[in-house]
Amino acid sequence: MRMSRPWALVLTGGVVLLAVVLQVAVLDLVSVNGVVPDLALIVVVAASIARGPQFGALLGFAAGLLLDLAPPADHVAGRWALALVLVAVLAGRVRSEARESAVASLATVAVCAFVASSVFALSGVVLGDHALPVAEMVQVIGIAVLWDVVVAPLLLPVLVGLFERTRPAELAF
Amino acid sequence: MTGQLGDRLGSRRPRAFSRGARRPLRRPSGEAPTGFGRDRTPGSRIGVGLLMLASLGVITVDAAGGSSSPLDPARAVVGSVLGPVEAGTALAVRPLRETLGYLSSNDQLRADVARLSAQNSQLRSQAEQVPLDRNRLAELDGLTRTANQTGYALVAARVVGIGPMQSFSRTVTIDAGTSSGVRKDMTVLNNDGLVGRVVSATSTSAVVLLILDTESVVGGRLSSDLEIGFLRGRGVTGDRGRLDLDLVDNSVTPAKGDVVVTWGSQNGVPYVSGIPIGRVESVYSTPRELAKHAVIDPFVDFTALDVVGVVVPRRTHGDRPVINGRGGTR
Repeated sequence: MRMSRPWALVLTGGVVLLAVVLQVAVLDLVSVNGVVPDLALIVVVAASIARGPQFGALLGFAAGLLLDLAPPADHVAGRWALALVLVAVLAGRVRSEARESAVASLATVAVCAFVASSVFALSGVVLGDHALPVAEMVQVIGIAVLWDVVVAPLLLPVLVGLFERTRPAELAF
Repeated sequence: MTGQLGDRLGSRRPRAFSRGARRPLRRPSGEAPTGFGRDRTPGSRIGVGLLMLASLGVITVDAAGGSSSPLDPARAVVGSVLGPVEAGTALAVRPLRETLGYLSSNDQLRADVARLSAQNSQLRSQAEQVPLDRNRLAELDGLTRTANQTGYALVAARVVGIGPMQSFSRTVTIDAGTSSGVRKDMTVLNNDGLVGRVVSATSTSAVVLLILDTESVVGGRLSSDLEIGFLRGRGVTGDRGRLDLDLVDNSVTPAKGDVVVTWGSQNGVPYVSGIPIGRVESVYSTPRELAKHAVIDPFVDFTALDVVGVVVPRRTHGDRPVINGRGGTR
């Protein structure tokens, strides 16, 4: 069951938008020290696993830019975009392993969460933009990785299935 | 668009295994370049590299722009679209939020009883120091009176989005914007004290930088001896959310428990004067410096922000009622 291209686009955009909005408007209900599950990151990892690094990187760029520009973001724009593009490349590289075993996909999410938070934190240090002391940063990154690993088993299979259905038909062009 | 570009960028790779997600991805042994990065093709490398360059470009453009970045229009567009979406989502989950609050309130009440009885015994001992406190009260009262005379007008707003800690900045979205008279660099407070200032506003929403953020600097005044200093956030919310106070006068040692209020700036931009910020929790000094540093425990509970007030000029007309300093509402 494949869907037509406009629908696939609407669906992909909707998923990204939903992830970004839920992250700021709802998930603070379950935040630990202010750290919430990184839904946008899980969406990007799922896209990369389902459809490869290019698609993932495009989605990562879009989702990251949305995170950077949507209120209440106040940091230099492009920081999340860079982090999520890198994550998409990373997840795309190991996609065949990640598809074959659940443990590998969880490990992928964990590594991606670590890389994304670290790249974001380091870019903040380089730009002198909202930089925290290193000890605090490490703690935030640690909690973020744990959150993503906890949430990924619930979301990743659904999202990977969804993104596979948005793949255009084999002989479309 | 997204899919098209992605496919075009990847179209150079052999189709046989590029789109075979349903097929086993592992290639027959002997033929495949094995290991990490086997999916790499020139096309994908260019596409991904371009996106990375684009990210870096956006960072450069935004960081070089300083206070008026070329990306501000984009921010405004995204803000005016997503602000109402966030407000709607927050409204939709309000019942859930209140249910959770109800469930956790029992434990909270028990903790409250313990805390209040401890506070009670503390207050009893403090009652014996009434003359000293009366003195302090007179000072504080004077400041509050100034505030009342200035007659701040407030626009009430609700917090609808809270920035995740992963972004390392402590900001929230409120559901009032320029259509209600909220502008950049306005003071935001709630019942307990100072919350922060508005850093950007669209027509229906505004972003508030909390005083806990590392980029936030507030001019503060000790209410007992009127000494002034600067409060900086530590970037952490929750129970450990604290501010650091550096006094201008090196010889002054702040008293523990002393109340810090804002000393305000010209025309009340970005902070109006006389708003309580917090209480001195501890005082420390380092051998390298003469000045004493104080740690301030803010009055506001930043993990439970809901209704806040934005200080607006008295004659503000907007789509929301303006609450005036002397109790009148317009």
